[in-house]
Amino acid sequence: MNSSQVTPAAVDQSTPQELALSGSWTVWGMGAIGAQLDALTVPVRAEIIVNGTRIDALDTGGAWVLQSFIDRLRDKGIKLTISGLRLQFTKLLEVAAQAAEDQTKLQSGELTPPTSRLENLGRNAKSTFDQIVALLGFVGECAVGFAVSVAHPARIRWRPILYNIRSAGFDALPIVGLLSFLLGIVVAYQGADQLRQYGANIFVADLVGLSMLREFAPLITAIIIAGRSGSAYAAQIGTMSVTEEIDAMRTLGIVPMDLLVLPKILALLVAMPLLTVFADVLGVFGGMIMSRAQLGVGFGEFLDRFVKAVSVTAYLVGICKAPVFAVIIAVVGCFQGFRTKGGADSVGRQTTRSVVQSIFLVIVADALFSVAFSALDL
Amino acid sequence: MQVETSARETVIDISKVTTRFGDHVVHSGLDLQVRRGEIFALIGGSGSGKSTLLREMILLHQPDSGTIRVLDVELKNISDDDALALRQRWGVMFQHGGLFGALTIKENVGLPLREHTGLDDALIDQIADWKLSMAGLEPEAGSQYPSELSGGMMKRAALARSLALDPELLFLDEPTAGLDPESADGVDQLVLKLRDLFGLTIVIITHDLDLLWQVADRVAVLAEGTVQGVGSMAELSAMTNPAILKFFDGPRGRSAQKQQHQAEVETIDTGRPSSKPK
Repeated sequence: MNSSQVTPAAVDQSTPQELALSGSWTVWGMGAIGAQLDALTVPVRAEIIVNGTRIDALDTGGAWVLQSFIDRLRDKGIKLTISGLRLQFTKLLEVAAQAAEDQTKLQSGELTPPTSRLENLGRNAKSTFDQIVALLGFVGECAVGFAVSVAHPARIRWRPILYNIRSAGFDALPIVGLLSFLLGIVVAYQGADQLRQYGANIFVADLVGLSMLREFAPLITAIIIAGRSGSAYAAQIGTMSVTEEIDAMRTLGIVPMDLLVLPKILALLVAMPLLTVFADVLGVFGGMIMSRAQLGVGFGEFLDRFVKAVSVTAYLVGICKAPVFAVIIAVVGCFQGFRTKGGADSVGRQTTRSVVQSIFLVIVADALFSVAFSALDL
Repeated sequence: MQVETSARETVIDISKVTTRFGDHVVHSGLDLQVRRGEIFALIGGSGSGKSTLLREMILLHQPDSGTIRVLDVELKNISDDDALALRQRWGVMFQHGGLFGALTIKENVGLPLREHTGLDDALIDQIADWKLSMAGLEPEAGSQYPSELSGGMMKRAALARSLALDPELLFLDEPTAGLDPESADGVDQLVLKLRDLFGLTIVIITHDLDLLWQVADRVAVLAEGTVQGVGSMAELSAMTNPAILKFFDGPRGRSAQKQQHQAEVETIDTGRPSSKPK
């Protein structure tokens, strides 16, 4: 029943006063009929006979087109007589006429003016501002929930915490390890050329050690976890709110904050520093391998220099960033999940937002750390 | 719009269909015929395989054995082109609507037309508006998204979309489930109107006894993998098969039956059909 198998609808003006309609007046056969009908010239104030004997089929689409054509002619003051139409087609045409009348009645005065650029700007600014306020509110809610949990340790749900430590922490070990190992290789390789020029090969340990421990390991871990777990949190909570599971939880007297948000935050608080340590180790290992290959610095020499150059402070500076990143990722992921409204589309949108915003905030926080540490001379 | 044909013509012919999910047998040698122009209802308890049978009829699931012919096309080993042509001849309304959340209601209804026909956008919008009003929706609903609609409006919008291509055959999965009595009445009337206007064949899966008594021409009761009985509700109520009796014996079954009797008595008294008791 596609368009290749039907006779297309056609209109034939045998004499100025007679229009013969033929073919399939269905959605499949009417591709070209609009232009044909527009091209017809009909004498004004004439009496016209519309002959429908040769119409093979008529569906709602065809009835609609035919009826609006008839209405157009009638508006011009032309008298129309329809003849030869099958009974069921006439019935359908009557229904179409009624529907057309209803639609024109309703259409008067319901046009909304298009939005201007200024209005859009204002709306966007407003929604961004609302979102920031809502995020702050959510942070407050989390803090209250956390305080209550600390006051009543019996209410802490250990099982979801342990589950989240496994899924966000342990399961992420391979990818975090691989990427920080590669990052260590890249840093050592980039530094190798410069250091060789000054004959300062051994300082590659300073370069790799400080940059990995202070900056790269916490940052790469945070970015991987934001993409891996933050998005999962947003999608999970988003889908649950679309399917009314969150509402169900509330009516059953379970606080979604306790069951869904706090365990995730606590789990990431534990998992992220550990992952960062793991990233430190593999990043430095990657750097060591590259140093030996490019600069001829053996493992023993490298580690000797590493112990002297990199203080415990540098290590702790890196580790102390991890819990902050963890809170940012978990809070933003859960917050975006709870903001999901509507359907599948919204879940996707909020998940994207959670990743973009948490990575953005992680880097902003990292920059603030740099400012603070330079002020403190760490 | 179809040319009038004899009422005996079979539109759906299911013979010896067997379906299994692992060890669980859903249908064992099921036979069923649906004739052109009738409103046919499928009933049965939860897990009796109604929905699976519907999915098999609309090419979403293949039975393990047996044949299904819909609109004179054999569904087994159907080619992609034939499947597409067949899909354009029927409309399906899913239980939860199946409306696309990213599109407005009007775009949802216009989608099949936009996808499959060469009509221009303005015309498609007008036709979509008409279908929406046919399904009993206000024109304002057209610009809303599915998530903004109530359950009843969502069902109506889904019905409007299933009617987009003027199908010959309409499948309705639980059209009145979750609706208030007034909206459910509206759906009853709508189904009858559609059949009278377009000569549609309509297959309904339902548990709604009112819908069964008021609208269905023939009803098939599914249980234990086969059809336990087919006939009008009046005929079924006279059968003694325990699987069928379940539907008439409960308090709901009895009250729906009583209402039907009252309506018939009123029809005889006044000489014209009474409106449905609310």
